[in-house]
Formats: sequence, C-alpha cells, structure tokens
Amino acid sequence: MKAFLGFIKKEFIHIFRDFKTMIILFGIPVTQIMIFGYAVTNEISNVKVIILDNAKDEISRDIIHKIEASRYFMIADYIQDPNDIEAYFKKGDVKEAIIFEKDLEKKLRKEGTASIQLILDAIDANTATLIESYTSSIIRTSVNEKYSNPQLIRIQPEFRMLYNENMEGTYMFVPGTMALILILISAMMTSISITKEKELGTMEILLVSPLRPTQIIIGKVIPYFFLSFINAVIILALSYFVFDVPIYGNFFLLMALSMLFIMMALSLGIMISTLSSSQQSAMMISIFVLMLPTMLLSGFIFPIDNMPTLLQLLSNVVPAKWYISIVKKIMLVGVDFQFVIKETLILFGMCILFIGVSIKRFKIRLD
Amino acid sequence: MNIIEVNHINKSFGAVRALNDIKFSVKEGEIFGLIGPDGAGKTTLFRLFTTLLLPDKGQIFINNKNVVKHYKEIRHIMGYMPGRFSLYQDLSVEENLQFFATIFQSSIEENYDLIKPIYSQIEDFKKRRAGALSGGMKQKLALSCALIHKPQILVLDEPTTGVDSVSRKEFWEILHQLKEKGITIVVSTPYMDEAGLCDRVALIQKGRILSIDTPLNIEKSFPKHLYAIKTKDMHKLIHDLEKYQYTHSTFPFGQFVHYTDKRNEFNIRDVYDYLEKNSHIQISIDKIKAGIEDCFMELMINQEEK
Repeated sequence: MKAFLGFIKKEFIHIFRDFKTMIILFGIPVTQIMIFGYAVTNEISNVKVIILDNAKDEISRDIIHKIEASRYFMIADYIQDPNDIEAYFKKGDVKEAIIFEKDLEKKLRKEGTASIQLILDAIDANTATLIESYTSSIIRTSVNEKYSNPQLIRIQPEFRMLYNENMEGTYMFVPGTMALILILISAMMTSISITKEKELGTMEILLVSPLRPTQIIIGKVIPYFFLSFINAVIILALSYFVFDVPIYGNFFLLMALSMLFIMMALSLGIMISTLSSSQQSAMMISIFVLMLPTMLLSGFIFPIDNMPTLLQLLSNVVPAKWYISIVKKIMLVGVDFQFVIKETLILFGMCILFIGVSIKRFKIRLD
Repeated sequence: MNIIEVNHINKSFGAVRALNDIKFSVKEGEIFGLIGPDGAGKTTLFRLFTTLLLPDKGQIFINNKNVVKHYKEIRHIMGYMPGRFSLYQDLSVEENLQFFATIFQSSIEENYDLIKPIYSQIEDFKKRRAGALSGGMKQKLALSCALIHKPQILVLDEPTTGVDSVSRKEFWEILHQLKEKGITIVVSTPYMDEAGLCDRVALIQKGRILSIDTPLNIEKSFPKHLYAIKTKDMHKLIHDLEKYQYTHSTFPFGQFVHYTDKRNEFNIRDVYDYLEKNSHIQISIDKIKAGIEDCFMELMINQEEK
C-alpha cells in the first residue's frame, strides 16, 4: 500500500512539474470554453442598421423605437433615398437596412397586411440570417402589442430560414466542450503517460518491482481521474456563472454520469497505451480515434440527423455522442435518470469492454 | 554454489534468433561479465533473467527458482539497472531514490549503509532534477536506485556506456566494493578492456557464447603467436598484410596491426622481408601477449569458419 501511494505521489509530481501538461490540463479547458462561449456562439450585438421610414406613422415609430432600445441593434443613420443604401453597405459596417412602406398603418388596418423590407449584408450568411430573424421578431412583437387581434392583422417579413434556434444554440457548446475536454485529458494524457514510461525504460524497472501491474495502472489513472473531475466542475462553473447556461436537471446526477464518462475515457486511454509503444503513436491514435470523432461525429459540431446514414451508424460507437446526449438532457432539458438510462448503459458497456481489452493486453512482461 | 543457472536458452524475435542455445552459470558472490558488441544478445539475456521476457526454450534458475514460475519472488531479490539509465528526469535525485525505495518496499534510511559510498558522491546534488545530471552522476544514481532494496543479485546492462573514462573507473571500484558485501553482480559491457575487471566473463556474439572463463584463462588460451606490427604507412600495411599468403588474421589496433600467421612454426623474419619487399619503411614487429579483444576476434573467426 505504501508502495502504491508512493507511486501516485510520483504521478502527481510528473503532472505538476511539467508546464506543458499543466497547460493541457487547465489552460485548454478554460480557453476552449471561452472560445466556444464568446466567439462561436450565434449571438449578435450592436449590429449597425440604417432606416428608411416612408410611413412615419405610429407603428413604424414604435418599431424603430424598439430596435433602438434593443441591445442587438444600433441605428447608424436615417436615410431618405433608397439609392443611398448601397453606399452604406459598401462601407462595410452597416449590416441591415429597414425600409418601411408608405401608409403602413393604414394598409394594415384596411387590408390586414403590409410589408416592411429588410435588406441584409449577406457576406456572412449565418449572421445575416440571425439579424433578419431578430428584426422580424421585434416587428412581430410590436404588431402584437398594438392590435388586440393580431391573428388577423399581420406584417409578414420573409424568412429565408424558417426556424431560429439561436436562443438554445448558445448553450449547445457546453456539452460538446465537456465531452471533448474530458476525453482529451483522460484518454490522451493517461495513454501518453503510460507510453512515456515504456519509452524511457522506467517501465522495465516498474515491472521488475514488486508493484503489481494493476497497481501501476490504477496509480496512473487516479491522478487523471481527479483532475478530469475538477475540469468538469470548472467547465460547468464557467458556463453557469460566465455564460448563464442553466442547469435544469440534477447537478449531482450530472456529475455522477460525468464520472462514468471519465472512467470510460480513462480505460480507453489505458487500452490505447497497450496498443502503442511510443508517446508519438499514442498521441496520433488519441487524435484520430478520439478527438476527431468526438468533434465531428458526436453531434458536437454537425447535427447527427443531417449526416449520411453510414455516418449516423458510425456515430453510435463514438462515446462522446452518448455523453453529449446525457449532458443535454440533464442540463438543458432537466430530465431524470430514467430518461438517460440507455446512454448510461452504453457508456458503462464501453467502459467494461475497454477495461477487459486492456487487462488482456497489459503484460507483466515486455513482449 | 551457483546462484544463476542458465540451461540451453533459445529466444527469437520473429525471424531473428537473438539467443542460441545459451548455457552458463554464475557463482554466488562473483562479478560475471557478458562481453560482446551491440546486438550480441546481452540485453535480451538480461531481460530473461529479470523475468521481463520468456524464453522460447530452456530454463533459467535463480537461487534454484525457475524465473518463469517464481518471477514474483525473484523480483524481490534482484536489482536491475536497464541499459538506458531509467530514471525519472523530472524528479530530483532524492525523489528518484525515494520513489524506488518505496516501490521496492524499503526506505533510504534502511539501506543507507549499502548505497552510501555511491550516493554520498551525488548527495550534494540531491535537489537537482535527474535530467540535469551528467552521465556519470546519472549512472551513480541509477545504481543507487537499483541497490536501494538490498538485492542479492545485481544485474547491470551496459552501465558504463556513454560515461567518461574517469567515471567508468570509479564505477568498477564501486562494483568491487559491492562484491565485498556479498552481492553477486552480472554486468554486460561492449568495452573489451573492462573484461579484466570481472571474475569470469562470457564472450558473446550473435546470440552465441564463444567462450566462458576467467579473463586470464581466456587470454592464455589464445592459440597463436601474436605480433604487433607498425610501419610508416599504416593504410598500405593493412592492405599488404591482407594480401600476404600466410596471413591468418590482421586487426588494426590503435597505432598497430595485430597479426597472426597461418603456420604454427615460422620465422617472423619472413613477414619483415615481405613488408620490406613491398617498400615499407620504419618497420617494427613485436611479439605480444593476447588481450581479451584478440581472443574475441580469434573466436569470431573460428565461429565463422564453422
């Protein structure tokens, strides 16, 4: 037991002394969550808008007022001539022009319909779509407030995209980032640290020592289990406090299942280390077998539903897919354990499989 | 009493025959040397000793225990220093020693007496990371680590490779001190000049043992007369001797060429005349005693002829 504790202590020293390891352990998670949180979210703010108000009636003033008040928009200028619009767009900072039709209110009252033209700078198509839908939503609100029977009276802006997932989309990066970081740290770091011993030749002495192989492996894994867990907490804390991502479900259930995922990733790391003899190959396997599928096939970046059937089938063997599903359901939907039983069992099964293969392949000798 | 008994060991890696019918024994309390060039099979043999590899054929007994069946017990009585100094570069000198002491269920205090002569030389640097030590200091630390659990047998795989000559000399002195304390030492080296420092040596080449004896007996058993020849143009000398009809072997050896003749009885004057005829000047020919390296070369020629 003393020997085992000595071994764990040594592992912690390795981790804390190596600057690169520390960066990977704590720098990457924080940076990633910040990048995804700030840069990759679909939120817009202070978009410059120009307005051509041909109506100048109550409803147009109300809409303009609401746009001005919104934190998403900033009115850059009021123009009189539609021919000026192009010049504004060419300067680059104005992204949208809103043109109110003449006699807007009158038309609405009489015909029940009227139009407002939105012209968008679609160089960045995604942002343009967002701006359009934000604007439309403001217009809708305004009309709804003004008329008691808004079903009958409608301003119909044209949508190129039917549904804006934005309000939910901003939160989507959290489950994906958690899966990516936990798998990166748990699997890659353990596999590298075990192969490092093989490469340096110290594994020979460890094997010759009275330490049992299981003790060596568990000793390798414990520090990373701890640190991965701390990371999971850091990610959740950052998303909760910095990005206001809600946690609707049970926090402890989420943490318990995260631990299961970490266990799974660690056993995967051990398995990789038994398959590779150098740090380099462990790293390559980790990147191609873990990182890329985790990013591309787990539903983190590309929705699984939009993939070709073959890739959809393939995505089932990507552990992160199941974990992301768990986190989404518990965090963002707020379901109980019974709704994630399937995912839990799959992760558990993968964990057992990897441990089994590792035990079979880990040698008490060198060949 | 034989503490290590190796019986007809064979080991192959794929098509490569690393060890071929190896048989020898090591007596308790001796320094046994395995001498041979890189790739001779020394490391493989050591890994079989230390239970890290399994033989294809044959058995190894340590303390009358089969290394395959009783590997756990054997791991307790064995101190092993692998070929590369297997230390943790990012741990300090003291932490390395502490670590190896704990995993072998011992402590620095318990066996300090044993390692003191070695460790005291590097103790001033005990806070320094092992990665920042010189080759000689790494070697001493690795030896301290291998000794920290007071093993009965010390297995050292090329401990002096990559270490300066002063440290090499010191290291052998330390090994003799350890022998005094009753530890059996099995050591491998590619340096022929270190053979004389062992009690007995096995010359090993391409997975076969060429000869096992005391260094002195091996030197005595050299079957030919040996001459050291020197002339002004050494390059031409080697060339001419290789062409000479009576040449049995020639090996460049420092500033000399070591020469043996095919004939058992002959006058060395013949060689002198031959060289003179081939316009060599400043010819010097001396009869010398064979060293281990000469024996090694001779045995290698015999092996190849077989």
